[in-house]
Amino acid sequence: MKFTIQVNEGPYQHQASDSAYFFTKAALEKGHEIFRVFFYHDGVNNGTRLTTPPQDDRNVVNRWSELAAQHELDMVVCVAAAQRRGIVDDGEAQRNGKDATNIAPGFRISGLGQLVEGGIQSDRLVVFGD
Amino acid sequence: MSQVKKFMYVNRRPPYGTIYAWESLEVVLIGAAFEQDVSLAFVDDGVFQLIKGQDTSGIGMKNFSPTYAALGDYDVTKIYVEKESLDERGLSLDDLQHLTYEDEDEDWAEKDSIQLVSRAELATIFAGQDVLFNF
Repeated sequence: MKFTIQVNEGPYQHQASDSAYFFTKAALEKGHEIFRVFFYHDGVNNGTRLTTPPQDDRNVVNRWSELAAQHELDMVVCVAAAQRRGIVDDGEAQRNGKDATNIAPGFRISGLGQLVEGGIQSDRLVVFGD
Repeated sequence: MSQVKKFMYVNRRPPYGTIYAWESLEVVLIGAAFEQDVSLAFVDDGVFQLIKGQDTSGIGMKNFSPTYAALGDYDVTKIYVEKESLDERGLSLDDLQHLTYEDEDEDWAEKDSIQLVSRAELATIFAGQDVLFNF
């Protein structure tokens, strides 16, 4: 089955990103296809490489990056939500005159159309949030 | 992308306090360009999103409620409001904005977008959707 995953909450404060990660990993291990993982609302905060959680805790951001590298996942951060919350890649830094970037490996910034396309192209759209 | 699916956006939260309502509306507006069969549902505190005469000057936030009146122009013409949610909050249809669209199949006659439905009816409508977005 082909899935699109929507993640609506940031790391650590809510369990949504953890649950989405485990669902995505399990689906891939069962041979399902993940069309896209889309990060929206505070979910865009899963895409900053600048987090430094305590060493005895899970690293939510790196975990997503590693899963993306292993499975060539398409992980998209919503541009409008990212601009509000300061998630920046090279293109956004240039466009908006920012002096730094923080996007984590495996994530890319794009529009909400990517979420709607995910709903159209996939058999199931699964939303993780509160 | 010729395939048309039934997309429903379910709005459960009040308009301010969190950004969910506003960012939900942003998805609806972008999604309208994909020419899917779109509808909106307002349940629980989500019914407050449609209250008329909203004034956000005291909280320093953008009052985005006029945007709902533009949904008809985006061909978003099915807006379900759950009756029990209104009742539980002491509200009625008269407290909500009057949202309309122009029906191109009937010589652009102006029609109401909002349909008042019961909780049970809404459950049936949910069951008939292909994609449910929860905000």
